[in-house]
Amino acid sequence: MTKDSQPDLIIVGAGPAGLSAAVVAAEHGLVVTILDEFPEPGGRMLGQFHEEKGHWWVGKQIAHNLIEQCCALGVHIRCGVSVHGMWKNGHRWVIRTSDGSITAANVLLATGGAEIPQPSPGWTLPGVMSIGAAQVMTNVHFVKPGRRGLIIGVNVLAMAIARELSVSGVSIAAIVLPSQSPLSGKDALPKENVEKLLGLAHLAPSPLMRMGGRAAHSLKMAGVVTHYFPRGGIKLWDIPLKLRTTAIAINGKDRVESVTLADLNGRGEMIAGSEREEKVDFVALAGGLYPLAELASVAGCPFVYIKELGGHIPLHSEEMQTPVAGLYVAGNITGVESALVAMAQGQLAATSICRDAGLLGSQSDTKIAEAKQKVQQVRASALIQFHPGIPKAREQVYKMWAKGCDCVENN
Amino acid sequence: MERIQNHPILGRWQTPREPVAFTFNGKPMMGLKGEPIAAALLAADVRTLRRHEESGHARGLYCAIGHCMECRLSVEGKGLVRSCLTPLEEGMCISEGLQLPNEITGRKLL
Repeated sequence: MTKDSQPDLIIVGAGPAGLSAAVVAAEHGLVVTILDEFPEPGGRMLGQFHEEKGHWWVGKQIAHNLIEQCCALGVHIRCGVSVHGMWKNGHRWVIRTSDGSITAANVLLATGGAEIPQPSPGWTLPGVMSIGAAQVMTNVHFVKPGRRGLIIGVNVLAMAIARELSVSGVSIAAIVLPSQSPLSGKDALPKENVEKLLGLAHLAPSPLMRMGGRAAHSLKMAGVVTHYFPRGGIKLWDIPLKLRTTAIAINGKDRVESVTLADLNGRGEMIAGSEREEKVDFVALAGGLYPLAELASVAGCPFVYIKELGGHIPLHSEEMQTPVAGLYVAGNITGVESALVAMAQGQLAATSICRDAGLLGSQSDTKIAEAKQKVQQVRASALIQFHPGIPKAREQVYKMWAKGCDCVENN
Repeated sequence: MERIQNHPILGRWQTPREPVAFTFNGKPMMGLKGEPIAAALLAADVRTLRRHEESGHARGLYCAIGHCMECRLSVEGKGLVRSCLTPLEEGMCISEGLQLPNEITGRKLL
């Protein structure tokens, strides 16, 4: 057996959390292998960029810096490799991949998130894609998803990617609400979306909108704002944001040709006779993100449901341990947050792994405390907050951990 | 669809990618070496990657990162692959995912 087929630590996911963890673990002398099924490392950071205090934050640049550090430290990054299963054989994990099995004493799951599907009439037509797909095609592969598109769904992810697409020269007709169905719930109602947007006002492109958002929020004016929200929408950057317009159906023969839109009144009821067709050749569905956590389940980790963190997450401690010996988690698998939080979590997870492996000696308490503090600081200062209740929700998970981890049997 | 040659934020591709020839459903096409098959086909304006196994309806790219399995198609010598994760190589013979006979899927559709 070579060192490479038996590393000390296997990390699943070469995104912000996985790469950051690998750097810290390798710095402490662990032999690390990262597995990722995407053809190149970097995760979703590869396609992300946003304007922050007058300059562009470019995920691809940050990913490349981390990859360089990993290479310099001898971390083995294996791309195009899918992980199918994992189990414990004695004290070592056996990781079954599309390219053979490898074993390690410790595994860090940094698998990230996945997009919540948003079924709409006509959504199986070619040309309808998740908004993340539009982002990846445009910013990672440099191929525009179409000539003119429509975004269905209003949330943090939709707004952030809409901005990226517009900067990249992809023409977007509008951002509209999903059609009302048992699956869309409150996401299809104007008032709830205005409320959600007011919470996002700090991301608004103009100081005027930011101020308006704050004022309206403090006055609990969502209802009033909705009533006066223009039927034609408002411009967000150069994209019309239409909170009183709903997409009823996506039409076309073998590919998207148009979307049927209709206007809503302030209560979310369709205005009769307002139906019309918008000609587009692609549609991006934005349903939000959830933690991609199947492997934690396969490994026997217990789960908890926390709405603010995006749904079902593996039970874990603030130090990123799970109740299963030798299994750690970091990044969006623990709850949907920004890439910067994921990076700090990855560093913390690796610090825990090194501590548990006895590599930190007398410094262990200080190092863990520093890494924990960094996660909290990054979280508090994050520009993109996926949910206002995240810090509280995190506390809730750590309380569950304190109560529950003793009664979960280690594999 | 249009390829972005010089991205306003991300710039140009670091090292120029080599053009390669491939076929899709027997038709000769050009793409860039190493890009996912799905990206090469999108650039060639091909939206339909697959026929639904039962209904035969057209299906295309949906998530682009290997989660949804909607973009599966077949590559000679490799079998059925996710086109969004499979790098394009010179001379690949690619064909769309096919509708299957009902004896295989076992269900009757209206």
